[in-house]
Amino acid sequence: MEPGGTSGVIHDFSRDKQAFGVPWGKAMMWIFLLSDTFIFSCFLVGYMSVRLATTDPWPIPSEVFALSFGGDPIPLILIAIMTFILITSSGTMAMAVNMGYRKDRKKTFWLMLITALLGASFVGMQAFEWTKLIVDEGVRPWSNPMGAAQFGSSFFMITGFHGMHVSAGVIYLLVVANRVRNGFYEKRGGNYEIVEITGLYWHFVDLVWVFIFAFFYLW
Amino acid sequence: MGYVAIADRDHEIEHHDPQTFITKYVWSQDHKVIAIQYGVTAIFVGLIALGLSAMMRLQLGFPDSFSFINPENYYQFITMHGMIMVIYLLTALFLGGFGNYLIPLMCGSRDMVFPFLNMLSYWVYLLSVIILIASFFVPGGSTGAGWTLYPPQAILPGTPGVDWGILLMLASLAVFIVAFTMGGLNYVTTVLQARCRGMTLMRMPLSVWGIFIATILGLLAFPALLVSAIMMLLDKTIATSFFMPAISSMGVDPGYTGGSPILFQHLFWFFGHPEVYIVALPAFGIVSDLLSTHARKNIFGYRMMVWAIIAIGGLSFIVWAHHMYVSGMNPYFGFFFATTTLIIAVPTAIKVYNWVLTLWEGNIHLRVPMLFAIAFIFTFIHGGLTGLFLGNVTIDLPLSDTYFVVAHFHMVMGVSPVLVVFGAIYHWWPKITGRMYHEGLGKWHFWMTFLGTYSIYLPMHYLGFAGVPRRYFAMGNTEFLPESAQDLNAWITMSALFVAATQVLFFINVIWSLKKGPKADPNPWDATTLEWQTPDNPPKHGNWGHELPECHRWAYDYSVPGYKDDFIPQNVPASDAAPAGRDHGVEH
Repeated sequence: MEPGGTSGVIHDFSRDKQAFGVPWGKAMMWIFLLSDTFIFSCFLVGYMSVRLATTDPWPIPSEVFALSFGGDPIPLILIAIMTFILITSSGTMAMAVNMGYRKDRKKTFWLMLITALLGASFVGMQAFEWTKLIVDEGVRPWSNPMGAAQFGSSFFMITGFHGMHVSAGVIYLLVVANRVRNGFYEKRGGNYEIVEITGLYWHFVDLVWVFIFAFFYLW
Repeated sequence: MGYVAIADRDHEIEHHDPQTFITKYVWSQDHKVIAIQYGVTAIFVGLIALGLSAMMRLQLGFPDSFSFINPENYYQFITMHGMIMVIYLLTALFLGGFGNYLIPLMCGSRDMVFPFLNMLSYWVYLLSVIILIASFFVPGGSTGAGWTLYPPQAILPGTPGVDWGILLMLASLAVFIVAFTMGGLNYVTTVLQARCRGMTLMRMPLSVWGIFIATILGLLAFPALLVSAIMMLLDKTIATSFFMPAISSMGVDPGYTGGSPILFQHLFWFFGHPEVYIVALPAFGIVSDLLSTHARKNIFGYRMMVWAIIAIGGLSFIVWAHHMYVSGMNPYFGFFFATTTLIIAVPTAIKVYNWVLTLWEGNIHLRVPMLFAIAFIFTFIHGGLTGLFLGNVTIDLPLSDTYFVVAHFHMVMGVSPVLVVFGAIYHWWPKITGRMYHEGLGKWHFWMTFLGTYSIYLPMHYLGFAGVPRRYFAMGNTEFLPESAQDLNAWITMSALFVAATQVLFFINVIWSLKKGPKADPNPWDATTLEWQTPDNPPKHGNWGHELPECHRWAYDYSVPGYKDDFIPQNVPASDAAPAGRDHGVEH
């Protein structure tokens, strides 16, 4: 008889062969993301700490990140679009995972490609934002005209690290999408769990962006 | 989901046996070869660290006697000694070395779950070691900031190696963390997802438990070090001010403003304290197995041993600021961290009691691994007790930055894990190489090392109480220090040189065994765990021949009454002749 209660939970997790009913790759991706969460948490806590510690005034993000289309500057408009795009890409990714499990190779490929393109456009807009800050506003990692030097340091470091994650994700998506297209996984028993594993990474990168958005741009 | 566990579809898996010399020994994806690569590299850098400590001791014991030791390179010796011992030797050896070797064999797997990633982990580790060693040869030499690399001094002129040394140090750490992550993901996933049939988590040997939890700690703690290394690299290279306050350096304004040096300390110790347990937990696990095997008795309180490892792992994340009592933090913080620190003593004490109770009325065989294991109990209790002193704020304040601290952490995370490393190498040597070592030589090695370390570190406690500050190049004419302090320092230095020299015995033993050692029995210690039950000795690629083993009992069925032998291997099914072992986690 299987035990219930707390010992039942322990029994379930300690059962033989494997603790979780998932493939190795997926388990490993979850553990990696847990580790990566700690990296981003350290970045964000470090940023909050220097923001509280610095004696110079902190620049107001909604003014710094405002964009004018002819009329008055609209606060955070570019960031809003970037966030919208990235969250949309999470949607297309989820659909790709669904199509992957249905073994609909064509749709899976196209949805992954769209996801990758949305991700690439996010990185593109980030490059635009960086250029604008550096060239037009004179923000540098070591100083800026608006106030505390740590503003630029934290901004370039955190969005740069996140942007690297998105760029890596785009490459990852393109590689897997291409393999879905050319039948690579058909030869290996038609197993499309890799699409979901890629999706885990992609959703994680999106989720991290939500925290960066909240803590850096909205605070 | 219809997913079939790998143990149930073994016949489907292809085994790509290595064909050429290169794929067999160099670019090998076999966990056993990778383990040996990790081990040999780690021991090699460990020897460098040993040499550095000898240089430091020469200066401290006989100040101003050696022209090749000046204050600059003294600080470089300190820094590199600490960094190498903690990270590049002990972390790499326990997790990359023993973790790689033992996890698949003890869990009854054919290999790590992703062998290619595992291979990459070693080569990236080697790269980090090369960067580390390169820092000795760049202009200005390696960094002399102390192994904690505290800013602002770590990146300001006046500290040795401020031009290139610190950059290479931080880069090497970042590369090491990448290597560790690739290996660590493999170890955790293998333990969780790739055990053989019947191997429940609560049947795993404690060695695997210790390595498993230590790897999780590493995966969650190294991020803090990575982040602080990145921030400090930015502070150093492009003059950001994460850690650097507005400061005047040698009359010059380096242009920093408003950063927080304390932030670095928090990030560093958020990594640094779990790091202590990354080194200690595998030692705890391995020593449990050595004691049980060589005392022919089941480990006392297996289930509590497992929970204690988990509890220590969890608690280790909320004690970090006990390294920072003198940083001027809020007293309530000190109160909190002192409390959590002392709470960690509870699961740790449970483990110590259980080790001692395992020996109680055991049939103790004082072979070399057992000697090292018992010695570990001594040194660990010793270092643990001084830890209780330092965990309390009021006692820590006067003792901080004295030789008492040096004695404490060398006892608890220097000597103790190194004794376990030696014990483990002697214990698994017959499995790894298929040959026996020389017992007499091993015993000489043990006694000189064990007594020698006491001769080194016991006097340091007294020096600490006398107020001798650590990290000083020379004491000069310090009024409050008695003259005996210098005599003791000379004694410590001679002991240290003696202990360093006796390690030659270990290497003689290794070479003798490889050349002339007698062929080892596949299970020379009559041990129960699966790695001793392999069809070949040493195990071949794939470990288990045609069929994966099946686990039928816990790892500690020693001296079971009524059975023909005094041990029942884990893969022996329960029968009338071999009664079912005590089994935790699964109720029958």
